[in-house]
Parts: sequence; structure tokens; C-alpha cells
Amino acid sequence: MAGRSLLDKVWDAHSVRELPGGQTQLFIGLHLIHEVTSPQAFAMLREMGLPVRFPERTVATVDHIIPTHDQKRPLADALAEQMMAALEKNTEQAGIRFYGTSSGKQGIVHVIGPELGLTQPGMTIACGDSHTSTHGAFGAVAFGIGTSQVRDVLATQCLTLARPRVRRIDVTGKLAAGVFAKDVILAIIRRLGVKGGVGYAYEYAGPVLEAMSMEERLTVCNMSIEGGARCGYANPDDTTFEYLRGREFVPAGDSWGRAVAWWRQQASDADARYDDRVELPGAEIAPSVTWGINPGQNIGVDEKLPRIADAADADRASLEEAYGYMGLEPGQSIAGTPIDVAFIGSCTNGRISDLREAARVARSGRVAPGVRTLVVPGSQAVARQAEQEGLPEVFRAAGFDWREAGCSMCLAMNPDKLVGREICASSSNRNFKGRQGSPTGRTLLMSPAMVAAAAIRGEVTDVRELL
Amino acid sequence: MADRIERVEGRACVLRGDDIDTDRIIPARYLRCVTFDGLGEHAFEDDREQAKGDHPFDAERFDGAAVLVVGRNFGCGSSREHAPQALLRRGYRAFVGGSFAEIFFGNCTALGLPCVTLQPDDLATLMDSVEADPEQMVVVDLSQSTVRHRAGSLPASIPEGARDQLREGTWNATAVLLAAGDAIERCAGSLPYVSGFQR
Repeated sequence: MAGRSLLDKVWDAHSVRELPGGQTQLFIGLHLIHEVTSPQAFAMLREMGLPVRFPERTVATVDHIIPTHDQKRPLADALAEQMMAALEKNTEQAGIRFYGTSSGKQGIVHVIGPELGLTQPGMTIACGDSHTSTHGAFGAVAFGIGTSQVRDVLATQCLTLARPRVRRIDVTGKLAAGVFAKDVILAIIRRLGVKGGVGYAYEYAGPVLEAMSMEERLTVCNMSIEGGARCGYANPDDTTFEYLRGREFVPAGDSWGRAVAWWRQQASDADARYDDRVELPGAEIAPSVTWGINPGQNIGVDEKLPRIADAADADRASLEEAYGYMGLEPGQSIAGTPIDVAFIGSCTNGRISDLREAARVARSGRVAPGVRTLVVPGSQAVARQAEQEGLPEVFRAAGFDWREAGCSMCLAMNPDKLVGREICASSSNRNFKGRQGSPTGRTLLMSPAMVAAAAIRGEVTDVRELL
Repeated sequence: MADRIERVEGRACVLRGDDIDTDRIIPARYLRCVTFDGLGEHAFEDDREQAKGDHPFDAERFDGAAVLVVGRNFGCGSSREHAPQALLRRGYRAFVGGSFAEIFFGNCTALGLPCVTLQPDDLATLMDSVEADPEQMVVVDLSQSTVRHRAGSLPASIPEGARDQLREGTWNATAVLLAAGDAIERCAGSLPYVSGFQR
């Protein structure tokens, strides 16, 4: 008999029962909530007269609407204040743990889950946020859900789901210097497309993944959804266990040994069967930049923008739309494109290692005249660590604006927004039209080091020139 | 038990283009709310503004449509249920497309909104047909797995699980999940991490 993948093992262990039509009632081990997608779910629950079934298996924080400049209560934005107050009231009434700004543990939900040790191998994890795939870095089956499903998890700790197929993606060999986890996931999405992962869970593997730190794996898994895969994961290994050891919610003492043994068993078997397999040579990946209006529209920083005539017939309209919106020309170099704003942060790249890489580049110069910058740590814990290492001083000395923790300009639900047609070099995850708060704003996705390089030169720059 | 949905019938609107994400369907600034009320008027607000009146949602000929015909990977990106909630509040009861992003599809199913897919040629035929004659009735039929328009019947696909949920009125899943009873606690009890690996 062929071996089983991690997805199969975790799915089977969490299956409460099979439902008609090939669906599973799946138990959710960890439910994360925030202020944007949960208030309506609590309201539906109240309307149905149902309690929260497993309040100890849900954890809440506030991230999307939180200002990064002035977090004094009440918040200046009355709507944001109303959302924050609703989350505080709902979690208090239900007995759900809530990490607000005064807790010292607040941050982007996908940053604090791992750093508190809430996220563990072999779990099922759901959150009303598409970037929940991030937690797959630990060998969890983690995926985003909508508000009606948040209601279902609160009421039953379960979801109705169809089991995805599994595509294993091996990144072979080694990465070149100046190439980061962000470039790896951008290269994967470029190759497989933004809809290539629909119906699949992505299993990331191979020497490049195995050599990555947990924070790098988090960056890769984070953008699974940008490739259409609702869930993406890496198999747990010693790197995973070393990261977890000693964190607040991780078992200690005798339980630690039992936990590691069980976590190890959840990894895919060597002879596991996959529905599809793809291989990507790591050495061919360059520092990458998006030029269009979806994350698949990216190229190496040393390449020229694609010609519409070279695209498949079905893709031409999308390319034309992207060029029209971005104001870029086919055949042009992406390097040298002037930028107005530089944003370093988000659940993709707002962790301490991201800030260290950006600071390393920031030490090499000063922000170019006219470029507005934002450096937003992913959590209060990341901010504290950065302070201990003197990173805010490095950024400030180079002319970068150092802020407080939150989602910030990744989706601009707080006051951090682009203005007009500004172009932003951004370490976030989505370059959709209007994503960063201005309906006509433009986003170029890249690694945090590349964002820092663009800020210093005032234009898209190959970071390898500054390292 | 929710309504059993066998078919959705009504006039249709054609919205061309692939990879239309949920940020476009409902921009993030409208997520600053604690209810879904009033989202309908802001659907595709920025696209409509930029199209200066030349957007299908502003075309009088599509007024009152109940079926939205879309391209490939519709609803990709953010998990925000605000997107289908906004479209529901504009009167849409079903979606026909080339393909749908998974979270959007799940959100629609949970609201009793079928998302069915057509083969590329059939989708092109339907789009042309509706644009040429927006007054015609379009029928999304889940029992037959077809989309019917004036010129004929097109074979449509929808995953079996969602189709069953819609047809049997179990798309609002809470009641079905609750019916598992103690089996939920038994599953939790079998997972060593739930007890903190104490045994």
C-alpha cells in the first residue's frame, strides 16, 4: 500500500464523520479570529441562540483596522472603534482569549499564532482570512474561511469540506545570494498560475524548503492562496520542533517528548501518493517583482516585461488590462521603474528576519528624496525584538518611518493608504487593483530587502547591487 | 432547514474578465462594519468609477438580473464573505462562470448561492447570447446540471457536495454539523494536542 501524505493523515484524524456528496465534517483544532470577519458570525450565533462550543480552541486579536501611528482609544476612525469594541465584547462574553493592544502580544493573526506556539504540526487551523495558509509552514492543514463558516466553527468547532487533492512542489538545489523565500513563492505562482492551485493543497518540499528557517517557510505557505491553493504546507522536521520549543502554548516537560513523537508521525511518508508533482530548480530563481494586477504577473528583476503577442490567447485580455492599469509598457525593464512609496510589513514579510534583511540594505544608504516609507512590524513581539537589536534606529537613520504592529498598507483598512496613482514597492501579498487603499494605486510585490533597495534608489533595483 | 434550491431563474448580467478578485467586488474600506447591511450599493464601486458608467453593473439593460455570468477564477483573493453578501444584496441568486476561487465558492454555497461552471465554448456562447438579448430568461438548473438560455441548454458542472447541500436545503451547515452530537467531542478527545499531550 502506498504511503500517506500529511494532508491525508491530518484529514483522517480530524474527520468527525463523512457527509453525503463526498464531504467531510472536519474538526478544527485551532480557530483564529479578528475584528473584520467575526462580528457578523457572533451575531448569527446569538440569533440562533447557540453558545460557543469550544471557547478555549478559539483565539482572537485585532490587526486589520488597527492604526500603526496612534493606537489610543477610542480610535479616531469611529467604524474601526466599533469593530474593536465588538470583538472585545464578543470574546469576553464567550470566554475567548483576546490579545488586544495592551496585551503585549497583539499582532497580525498569522504572525502571533506561530510566535505564541498556538500553531502546531498536525493541527487543522481555520480563520476568516485567506492567508491562514501561512500556518501550514508547521505541517498544519490551515485554510481561510468566510463569516458563515466562522459561525459554524464557533457553534460546532467543525466545517463541511471536500478533501483537496495534493500537489507536491519540490524546489531543488540551492538559492543564489540575494534570493529570498518571497522570490521562491513568486516563482512558483508564476510557473503554476494564480488559478493553478484551485482544488489542491500544496505540499512544499525539496532541499530549498528543507534548508529554510520557519519564518521563510511561513512566507512561502502564506501566498499559497495567491496561487489558488486554499492550503499549503511544509512537512514538520527538526527546524519546526526547535522553533516551537519553549513557546508559551507548546507542551513542556514529559509532554514535549510525546508531542514531538506525534508531530513527526504526521509528516508525509517517503512513499506517499500525490495527485500531481512539480519540480522547480532553486538556482534559476531570481529576485522577483510583480508588474501587473495579480501575483502571477511577476518577473525576475533582470528581465523585461512580457510581450502580449507571446502570451496564450486566453491570457491576452488579462495582460492588456494589467498594462492599462499599471501604465507600464511591454518589453520595458522592470528595474528602474520609479516608486513613490515603500511598504515593509504584512503577514507575508513582517517578521524579525524580514526586518533584519531590510535593515541590512537600509544600512547601505538613505531613502531617496520624495519616497514615503512605512516599516510595520508584524506583531508587538516582533517590534520588541527589533528594538532589542536596534533596528528602529537603523531604519530611522536611513529615513524610514518605523510604526506599530498591524496589517497596515497590505490592505489599507487603517489610515495607511496610497494616494492617487502612487506606485508602491511592497513586501505584502497582493497587487490587486486598488488593494493598497487608493482605487487607482499601484503595487509592485517583492521581498523586504528588494523594497528597502527600491526605497534607497527611488526605483526598482536589483538588491544584489546593494548587498 | 434552509430552502431547497433546485433552480435559479431570471435575467442575467455578463461581467467579462478573468481573475476578478474580492477586493474589486467589495473594496476593503467597506469592510469597516459589524453587519453586512448596505454592502450592495458598493459592489464593484472602484471598477465602476473607473469605467465612467460603462460597467455592466451600471448598464440599464442588465437591471434586475439574478444570474451573474463571469469568467475564470472569479472571486479570487481575500476570503471576505462581504463579496457574495454584496452581490446577494444587489439581487444575484446564482453565478455561472469559467471557474471560481475556492473560498468564494464555499462562501456562496453557505449563502445558498449556486456557482456553476461551463466549458469555455459554452461560456462564450452564453455571454454572447445574453449580451445580444438581455431580456431572455436564463435558468441555472441543479437537478439537470444545465444552464438554459433561449438558444439551448448547456451542460454545467458543480461539485457533488455543494450540489447536494443546495438541493437538500442543508447549505446553512450549522444544523448538519450540530447533528453529529457527541461525535465532535469524541474526535476532539482522540487528538493528543487537545489535551496538551498529557498522555
